[in-house]
Amino acid sequence: MSILVDQNTRLIVQGLTGREGSYHAKACADYGTKVVGGVTPGKGGTVHEGWPVFNTVAEAVREGAANATVIFVPPPFAADAILEAVDAGLPLIVCITEGIPARDMVSVWRYLQGSASRLIGPNCPGIISPGKCKIGIMPANIHRPGRIGVVSRSGTLTYEAVHQISQLGMGQTTALGIGGDPIIGTSFVDALALFNADPDTEAIVMIGEIGGTAEETAAEYIKAHVQKPVVSFIAGQTAPPGRRMGHAGAIISGGRGTAEEKFKALESAGVHIVKSPALLGETLVEALGAKS
Amino acid sequence: MKIHEYQAKAILSKYGVAVPRGMMVESREAAERAAKDLLSAGATGVVVKAQIHAGGRGKGGGVKLAKSYGEAAELAGKILGMQLVTHQTGPEGKKVRRLLIEETLPIASELYLGIVLDRTVARPVFMASRAGGMEIEEVAAKDPDAIIKEHIDPAIGFQPFQARKIAFRLGLKPEFISPAVKFMLALYKAYEEIDASLFEINPFITTTDGRVFALDAKVNIDDNALYRHPDIKELRDITEEDPLEVEASKYNLNYIKLDGNVGCMVNGAGLAMATMDIIKFAGGEPANFLDVGGGAHAEQVTHAFEILLADKNVKAVLINIFGGILRVDILANGVVEAARKTNIQLPVVLRLEGTNVDKGREILLASGMNLIVAHTMKDAAEKVVAAAAGR
Repeated sequence: MSILVDQNTRLIVQGLTGREGSYHAKACADYGTKVVGGVTPGKGGTVHEGWPVFNTVAEAVREGAANATVIFVPPPFAADAILEAVDAGLPLIVCITEGIPARDMVSVWRYLQGSASRLIGPNCPGIISPGKCKIGIMPANIHRPGRIGVVSRSGTLTYEAVHQISQLGMGQTTALGIGGDPIIGTSFVDALALFNADPDTEAIVMIGEIGGTAEETAAEYIKAHVQKPVVSFIAGQTAPPGRRMGHAGAIISGGRGTAEEKFKALESAGVHIVKSPALLGETLVEALGAKS
Repeated sequence: MKIHEYQAKAILSKYGVAVPRGMMVESREAAERAAKDLLSAGATGVVVKAQIHAGGRGKGGGVKLAKSYGEAAELAGKILGMQLVTHQTGPEGKKVRRLLIEETLPIASELYLGIVLDRTVARPVFMASRAGGMEIEEVAAKDPDAIIKEHIDPAIGFQPFQARKIAFRLGLKPEFISPAVKFMLALYKAYEEIDASLFEINPFITTTDGRVFALDAKVNIDDNALYRHPDIKELRDITEEDPLEVEASKYNLNYIKLDGNVGCMVNGAGLAMATMDIIKFAGGEPANFLDVGGGAHAEQVTHAFEILLADKNVKAVLINIFGGILRVDILANGVVEAARKTNIQLPVVLRLEGTNVDKGREILLASGMNLIVAHTMKDAAEKVVAAAAGR
């Protein structure tokens, strides 16, 4: 099994006719993802790279029986694209776009409450269940089907973790990046709950970074609910306070959100913490060994 | 983005938030004139406030009171041009180029008001405390219950009843409730409309003659929203920033200068932070954070490399790229181009993975640069730290 996406996922692409949307739609389809169409307002009725283009998300969902969307829409229009997908009732919305204003995301988050939709991102690489379905911009070839769940706030650092896991002969049930923004649709806790309930996931790798308290909240959840081994690294141990480290969400402010605090919380929850990012894979092997 | 106090107050004033009368000046003479104007308009004194992007200015000697315009001029002369050191500037301090000359007011009480995004509930939160003038973090650490919080539902916005709740809990006297509510509503309107990421009014004061004011104002703007506020974008003061960081921002590069000697070029913010961490683990110190981003093209990589090398502390460079959207061969072309332009003599350690990695390695190895190839992050960190130490 896997979480959230698999061979039954039917994907539409919002922003299909743009450069990014076009490129990644093809890459996802090449991987085996069932891409059933795209949305570009004003280009409805045309065909792009062999896929039907629709004016609205609702139409695309109706015509293609879609159950997921991926958003490659520029920041000024991205929040609106998410809202349209929620309105159309899509169960899964993956937003890749980086740079959406926080005020827009406050409204989006409010609108998501009580809806049928789950949002992953924004500002994330997407989600992949190796061998079944890839929705996002991650390099496909580093992934292998397997029994490790990977969840991360970062993009390329997720690839690093996945690569280390694959190099050691293991693979992933699902790997997802939840995004580097202050407001995101799917939290660590959401992902942990899904991996915990997935019978095929044997262990979980969680990669956090400085800023906010998502890792601390995750630690509490792990302590109370997660029976599987969890291995965790926090990026930004050497980051200076008060500076935004690339991601809008990665900032130590008022002395809060440091890597040290997060490691401490995770360690007290029984998580196998990894201080050096090079040791993710090895620590995972140890954690699995300790379990059996 | 950070803006100065005088800029913040000008914005707040437009939204009907009461601020003291004052003027920004850049010379001793202008300071004297401003003080003279304020005193002849009825002010009983003036305050000379250094305008830098850091807190703790008062303790550092950047905020002084004057009873006469002569005294104000003298103080202005002393503060302008000084390297003001506060707990937020670092030991080298920041040069004072601008002053705010403001009327003093008959303060009755000093309180704290702030608005910030509460990430845990994805809503803005209005914060208030009776402990005006103190850092909110200190208050939070000592007595968390002393901080009054009202979350704002984006569907209805900040409501008068919420402002009243705050005003009463602050223990304001009856005559101040109505002006304080009006003040807070105006403050929130400004926060929302300018896409702020932080407001701090510390202190928010009541006066003995029944008025309320923002005596200080700290305003940060959400960088992601600057596209819809071209007027606010203009308020950026690049003299407050590191010159290399300013240069990097021209090319949409995320660069932050640090104190070490190992330069790093990485794609992705998380991996860039992890690379800094692993350099430290190998016994070195990173010279910078540099994320070239996912969609970088050759020209951008060239600029990134030039910026990295402009830091004279850099003794060795680590390039750690996990190619996803950014193809490794594109990066390689950029690096070679930059190496040619800058005639680099420093050792460069390469750790490349991902899309088109073999092509990328070929390009770099054929370039004749002083390259050390590494295969894992750990290997790369150890090699670059050794190279920086001249080993």
